[in-house]
Amino acid sequence: MTDAVMIFDHASKVYDGSTVLDDVVLNVAPGETLALVGHNGAGKTTMMKLLLGLIRPSTGTVRVLGLDPAGPDGVEAKRALGFLPETVAFQQAMSGLEVLNFYARLKGADLADNMTLLEKVGLADAARQRVKTYSKGMRQRLGLAQALLGSPRLMLLDEPTSGLDPATRRQFYDTISALRDDGVTVLMSSHALSEFETHVDRIAIMNAGRLKASGTLAELRHGADIPVRIRLRTREAAATDIASRLPGADVTRVNGCIVEFSCTPENKMNLVRRVTDMGVTIEDIEIDLPSLDQLYRHYRNGDAP
Amino acid sequence: MRAALIIAGQEIRDGLRNRWIVALTLLLAGFSLTLTFLGSAPTGAVGASPLLVTIVSLSSLSIFLLPLIGLMLSFDSIVGEVERGTMLLLLAYPVARWQVLTGKFLGHLAILTFATVVGYGAAGVVAAGEGVTADTWVAFASMVASSVALGGVFLAIGYLISTSVRERATAAGIAIGVWIFFVLVYDMALLGLLVGAGEKVAGGLFHALLLANPTDAYRLLNFTGFDNVAAFSGSIGMLGNAKISLLALALVQLAWISVPLVITGYLFKRKDI
Repeated sequence: MTDAVMIFDHASKVYDGSTVLDDVVLNVAPGETLALVGHNGAGKTTMMKLLLGLIRPSTGTVRVLGLDPAGPDGVEAKRALGFLPETVAFQQAMSGLEVLNFYARLKGADLADNMTLLEKVGLADAARQRVKTYSKGMRQRLGLAQALLGSPRLMLLDEPTSGLDPATRRQFYDTISALRDDGVTVLMSSHALSEFETHVDRIAIMNAGRLKASGTLAELRHGADIPVRIRLRTREAAATDIASRLPGADVTRVNGCIVEFSCTPENKMNLVRRVTDMGVTIEDIEIDLPSLDQLYRHYRNGDAP
Repeated sequence: MRAALIIAGQEIRDGLRNRWIVALTLLLAGFSLTLTFLGSAPTGAVGASPLLVTIVSLSSLSIFLLPLIGLMLSFDSIVGEVERGTMLLLLAYPVARWQVLTGKFLGHLAILTFATVVGYGAAGVVAAGEGVTADTWVAFASMVASSVALGGVFLAIGYLISTSVRERATAAGIAIGVWIFFVLVYDMALLGLLVGAGEKVAGGLFHALLLANPTDAYRLLNFTGFDNVAAFSGSIGMLGNAKISLLALALVQLAWISVPLVITGYLFKRKDI
């Protein structure tokens, strides 16, 4: 991927002897929406800071639009970038509109568009109030407004929806969808994989500074091969009998009428067919597919590249 | 440079909004008017120009106050913004770090200039009366300008402190320490040295030690730089032979501004935010 707009090439960052980012290789293609998922301290914010040139990699390289963000051309890269920090802070004494005007001037964006931008994020009524009086949700929306200044081609959103109410969260996802439609490259982070299900193209799972896995949700599901759990309830007390006749299944519980076992996703239908062919009356059957959280845990703890 | 000016404008707007500018101007005007009225009483009708007396008293005031104001404006400006998270966002914008530093310095210097010119100017106008010679006005203007420069020196030192530490509280502590050292301790130590070593201290060394402290350079500039002021300053005995040219003293002040700023720029550039 030589046309990647954001590149981590074996990038590591060491602070005072502790490694916060360990040999990360990751490329983001133009127009792609990528989610960085990991716990606090997984290295997500460090990656954003590297892309912004706020810190330099200890080893390896980081490139944004082919430029070194911490180098002399870093300013050029930042012109095309929008950023929403994890906890966004503004000058408390300024009004929302004044804050936006200040940042628009720095970015060389047209001040006349700022009111429209505030309307877009639902802050038009609070435009002239001091930021000090804003709620967390309002500050986050002002944060989104400043990130949108000057129609950036790249968007970095650090945990954009953590701690927001469902309505504001909804609004954030709508905005992100609109950005995707406009061909903006979006990199966002979260500590929950379930946040992103339908909103991203690709997911990168981080743990303790290492990139554990990356791919589409389907690829991750396929690659994980997490066992499916099946629970059967029979009318007769035939559970022991059934349990002994399940090849390839890992039986975890037998209790009179109840059998619980797990198996590989491929073997799932085969085993279900066998059980129904045994001639016992099945009262109930429950099939647990691995949840997104299980998927996340699998990759987070695994050593898969 | 455009980005630096935008940031300077923001600092000024912030100063207006949180009443810093008003407070500083009133503080300086209040002190200087008080000194002027008190100072003009003893001269009575003897004939000493009240403006000359004012220059001397305001110089003494500046030595205490402007370093304090400079440090108060600046100690927080890097580490505080990093701590609050506003620096993170600011540096995500297309601005170079030297532009952030330059912008802050210009903004703070503008605030300092306004407060000093208005505050001291008020006292100057009150004290002037009639028959003030052009020379005296030049000395007054030079006093105001060097006072602003003295504030600028401590702005620069404040940024250096603010960039070197990781916590706001540490910066505040060091700023107070720096103020006490340069304004109070240094001169006492120098006096102690003179008393103790007496004749053995070479004149050159003594001058160098005076110039090594920006507040002493300021004192020399204002007390000995102008003959008419020197006559009233009362420091003539001690500093009489300290004949250092005005230009050299101005250069010392300039160096005291630019050296800390350059070091700050270097440190800030490599700082992890």
